[in-house]
Amino acid sequence: MNHREASVPSSAPQLGVSARGPRSTGPRRADVWSAPGRRLLCAAAGDVQKDLGEKVKKDKVVVFIKGTPAQPMCGFSNAVVQILRMHGVDDYAAYNVLDDQELREGIKVFSNWPTIPQVYFNGEFVGGCDILLQMHQNGDLVEEFKKLGIRSELLETEKDSK
Amino acid sequence: MIELLPACKQCPLERSSNIKKTDMAVTTDHIRDKLTKELAAVHVDVEDTSPNRCAASFKALVVSSQFEGKPLLQRHRMVNTCLAEELKEIHAFEQKTLTPEQWEKQKSQ
Repeated sequence: MNHREASVPSSAPQLGVSARGPRSTGPRRADVWSAPGRRLLCAAAGDVQKDLGEKVKKDKVVVFIKGTPAQPMCGFSNAVVQILRMHGVDDYAAYNVLDDQELREGIKVFSNWPTIPQVYFNGEFVGGCDILLQMHQNGDLVEEFKKLGIRSELLETEKDSK
Repeated sequence: MIELLPACKQCPLERSSNIKKTDMAVTTDHIRDKLTKELAAVHVDVEDTSPNRCAASFKALVVSSQFEGKPLLQRHRMVNTCLAEELKEIHAFEQKTLTPEQWEKQKSQ
């Protein structure tokens, strides 16, 4: 299995500011990211967005999950990992949002998507667990992998059974 | 067969901050009403899946002709936009979006 658990070096200073977008200004305290509705978009958050823009393009298949492919920490993230495994896709980048709160908040802003897990194919947002599962069930996922130049193992299975 | 873990037992960052109920009262009724109204839905099922998860979680089935001709992602984004405020308080959200035709087909299977 050669999926890479991409570690996210936290290069941004620990100001504790979330990338939720400009809101009413508030005092800049170390714990301000945990106060809902009062956040400042600052240079650190901008770096996270730029970094995510690069991350999603670096690999054909990129997932943001809770935990790792070897040890998912959430049922939905586990479903995404299992689906990829069923298709024999093991060369993908997996980012653990539980390791990095800035990443966790940043990816929600970046994708304009409120939950984790999140799946990207060729730099394009695909959706969360629900969408991946439906694509898997209706056969669309095999087609999408084909477009990426990935041959799904399920395609092999179908051919063998004919 | 995809097996979901019975509960997302280990989201340490969520546990401490999301267990408390909010003032907004994100309930199944509230979600159902909002989806019905804003997406002109002909059918909405909302299930509170919180007991299986570590914090406020919901599962919704939305049937609306507004989904006609729209790909899955766009449909889900429509639902997300409708529930933008609520989703800030919700930990996990599953959704299924069907057109009335797809809903009828599913029912007859």
